[in-house]
Amino acid sequence: MENSEVAPAALLSRWLRARLDAATMAWIEDNRARVTAGAPERDFYAAFGMAARRVGAEPLRLGAEELEAAARLDGWRPESWRRDEAARALLLLALPSEPDGEFRRRVERLFDCADLRESVALYRALPLLPRPGEWLGRAGEGLRSNIVDVFEAVAHHSPYPRRHFPQPLWNQMILKALFIGSPLDPILGLDERRNPTLGAMLENYAAERRAAGRPVPLELWRALGFEQPARSGE
Amino acid sequence: MKFIDPHIHMSARTTDDYEAMARAGVVAVIEPAFWVGQPRTRAASFQDYFASLVGWERFRAAQFGVQHYCAIGLNAKEANNDRLAAEVLELLPLFLFKERVVAVGEIGFDEISALEEKYFRAQLELAREHGMLVLIHTPHRDKKAGTLRSMEICEEHGLAPSRVIVDHNNEETVAEVLRRGYWAAFTIYPKTKMGNERMVEVLRRYGPERIIVDSSSDWGVSDPLAVPKTATLMLERGLPAAHVEAACYGNALAAYGQSGQMRAQDWSEPQPLDQSRLFEGNSVLRGQEPRIEDPRVIR
Repeated sequence: MENSEVAPAALLSRWLRARLDAATMAWIEDNRARVTAGAPERDFYAAFGMAARRVGAEPLRLGAEELEAAARLDGWRPESWRRDEAARALLLLALPSEPDGEFRRRVERLFDCADLRESVALYRALPLLPRPGEWLGRAGEGLRSNIVDVFEAVAHHSPYPRRHFPQPLWNQMILKALFIGSPLDPILGLDERRNPTLGAMLENYAAERRAAGRPVPLELWRALGFEQPARSGE
Repeated sequence: MKFIDPHIHMSARTTDDYEAMARAGVVAVIEPAFWVGQPRTRAASFQDYFASLVGWERFRAAQFGVQHYCAIGLNAKEANNDRLAAEVLELLPLFLFKERVVAVGEIGFDEISALEEKYFRAQLELAREHGMLVLIHTPHRDKKAGTLRSMEICEEHGLAPSRVIVDHNNEETVAEVLRRGYWAAFTIYPKTKMGNERMVEVLRRYGPERIIVDSSSDWGVSDPLAVPKTATLMLERGLPAAHVEAACYGNALAAYGQSGQMRAQDWSEPQPLDQSRLFEGNSVLRGQEPRIEDPRVIR
């Protein structure tokens, strides 16, 4: 998203300002400023942790214009984002991006110590980070999570997989979504990233389901590029 | 009747336990950080353990309709490894301010050693500085002296007794703990701690004010249904339902609710996010239904 006209931080800040009371917004802005000015490491972690207590986890419920502005950033669709996630993304983006080693170390530390909601916020923020391609290993880690919310924080409504995932990781994401019953529709790039290897994997999966006497998820056909089920698997 | 088990180590328990607890009416649990049955050798092990208490275990519990909270702290046994303990102390601020962390705990004495006291005091300071509640583990040996010493130290650090829960009480400690204004928790745990017939008599004698029942169920021979079972016994033996409800639900909520991180709405009106994951988030059981209707058939 480096070439975007409007930085994601400006959008997030605008959205929160329209939804939070002045004191809460002042808390966020104050912490952003302090993080940018080089606040001690432990203050950064504390602010990130406390963000949920301060702003709550209400859905942002973005309006059409707000979503349009987001879509200009590589097709970003933050339609299911919540307040705590936006506040935490703002704190991440306030962190000086240079030197890279220090930025990376702090963000990795957040991932390593994250609670459930923090994990969701971190994975959702991946496409917004400076040098997003460097977080591919982390994104793969998120996909391996058995926590559905974490998996979906990587996979859903995010331009990250479409833009950065190599084919094997992309294919694993689609197959795992079907496997855990997570909807495919919110995955951006489903059609343009379709490939013959994925097709073969999906057909094998359908055969395995049939052999076990289990239903074949309807969305499997969508992933193969069919608008409707070509033939019932049952 | 609804129940809270405000001290239970769910990481050591199975999904069968979660199912049974939910069925018995347990709506919420608090999992204090403690030792894992053998000493850890690296601070990183603590980091991953704390992260699992605020991450995976919280998710696992929610799948069975049980709300999960935790207390974060360095336990007494492992405080005796000075080098390691110092590193763990540095880790604590990374976890204490997270959602659903209701207290610093469980902390206190095991052998009542000088190092235990050093790290007990350091963590009390952390709690005081950040306005957090404290959950105290009282020693199983030399309990009466250790309990008294723990309370004296809390008072030296200026902590309000109403914000400290003293756990693993027995007939010998309860009077003084209540007299000083602390919450007095009792652990129903076979052999080493309280039996529930004794618990009935404690509640009968002292009344329901600031008395809390828990299981401290863990990897040992222990019972994750200790709270509902004790409540049933209390009712059978003629204690007023309001007293039983206070000891097995209301007091835990009042004590830990002071943190602002635990509210009855968490289970009476679950967040849409949690609700959508309660029974359809299926990854713990890898595609199976969380509830098994016919135990002979596995699909």
